[in-house]
Amino acid sequence: MAARSKAVVINEKDNVATAVTPMKTGSTVSLEVQGRAEKIKLLSDIPMGHKFALRGIDQGADVIKYGEPIGRTTAAIAKGEHVHVHNVVSHRGRKEGA
Amino acid sequence: MEFQGYRRPDGKVGVRNHVLVIPSVVCSQGAAEMISRNMKGVVYLPNVFGCAQVGEDRAQTKRTLVGFGLNPNVFSILVVGNGCENLPAKEIAEAIAPSKKRVEYIEIQEVGGTKKTAAKGKKILREMLADAAQLQRQPIPVSELIFATECGGSDYTSGLGSNPSLGACSDLIIEDGGTVILSETTELIGAEHLLAKRARTPEIGKQVLDLIAWWEKEAIATGQDIRGANPAPGNIAGGITTIEEKSLGCIYKGGTKTLEEVVKYAFPPTKKGLVLMDTPGHDIDQLTGMMAGGSQIAVFTTGRGTPTGSPIAPVIKISANAETYKKMKDNIDINVSAVVQGKETVKEAGKRIFDEVIAVASGKLSKAEKLGQRDFCIFKIGINF
Repeated sequence: MAARSKAVVINEKDNVATAVTPMKTGSTVSLEVQGRAEKIKLLSDIPMGHKFALRGIDQGADVIKYGEPIGRTTAAIAKGEHVHVHNVVSHRGRKEGA
Repeated sequence: MEFQGYRRPDGKVGVRNHVLVIPSVVCSQGAAEMISRNMKGVVYLPNVFGCAQVGEDRAQTKRTLVGFGLNPNVFSILVVGNGCENLPAKEIAEAIAPSKKRVEYIEIQEVGGTKKTAAKGKKILREMLADAAQLQRQPIPVSELIFATECGGSDYTSGLGSNPSLGACSDLIIEDGGTVILSETTELIGAEHLLAKRARTPEIGKQVLDLIAWWEKEAIATGQDIRGANPAPGNIAGGITTIEEKSLGCIYKGGTKTLEEVVKYAFPPTKKGLVLMDTPGHDIDQLTGMMAGGSQIAVFTTGRGTPTGSPIAPVIKISANAETYKKMKDNIDINVSAVVQGKETVKEAGKRIFDEVIAVASGKLSKAEKLGQRDFCIFKIGINF
């Protein structure tokens, strides 16, 4: 395994990365996305274990982690922004539109 | 690979040699506890059901209690009833008898009160313990193991580190001819298509999809949002956003092999290889179901930390969260945080877990056993009348 950055992208289809250390707004994180080295400037504080967007995600679009959809966005999310329960809802286990 | 285990009269193999006290009903739980007190080698089940139950609900309670008696980690069984319950001690003892293990039952009303029951029970237990002490461990192939997998108190490290590592261990067990149980159906929501694709037959694949559809319908029918329960608040604080995200991280722990069978709660698997047991996401409900289904040993992954143990089986706990491991060292057996830090591969960690499973199956105590952590909870599917 290569030396790890401060965040992990699990699958090449993913549009989010997971922080393995807490990071501050305005800091830049270097990581490998689809085989390319990329630098992403964080627009929010990212607690350890939380996700941030690798690219802009439209409102209502799927959030992809592990190469699979984990929910859809309730607002447009910018590259480098925190992705969590405040801007993502599950597709499952709840009434449509609830 | 072999471990040192106990061969039972019915040919099954245990990794522990417990004498078990089963209260058939909540009313006899106090007596069961009193009988078991200060008896080294005896464990009892803190059963809170066993009366005023009907139909499938009663059947599930009975199957679970009987399953614990049948579990090969148990040498002999004493069932303690009150006398008027609708799940009588005699009925449980009779269902365990075909295992050819010694099983006795006593009832408080018949013996004449708790103190007399405790004295009579202790006399029986002393005989059972003397016989249990005669039995020696012998070399047993890993193919005799029914290995339970579980995750609880998940956080982002579960999906990144501990569950994939446990999956690598599950694969090793199946490659050695053993059985691996994956459970917690609610935590497959959003990942069921991946598991269904790995099913031996299209029928088994359809069973997986039908199960998840049922649970999801039940969740929606409550009118509530199951996000209040799953992912749990601790999961969310740990970075897990949705049930799908939790599920995708969760199914890693069963490994990568073909799904051979789907069994209902507390039923024993009939196939070797990967088996799905239909259980809730509730940690103790599912652990109890897998042990009632004949599993002798469990590995439990945790991110946030959990103390879980079973009355009759070792539960080895692993975490990929370095901080949690440090904070809860008395609860967690194996630290696989090096996987998340990129310093150890999933395969290496999986082998480390496998080696610990062999050691613990052969008699090394898990941390939950050292602490005397004996959680027991039957998945209740009806109301008490």
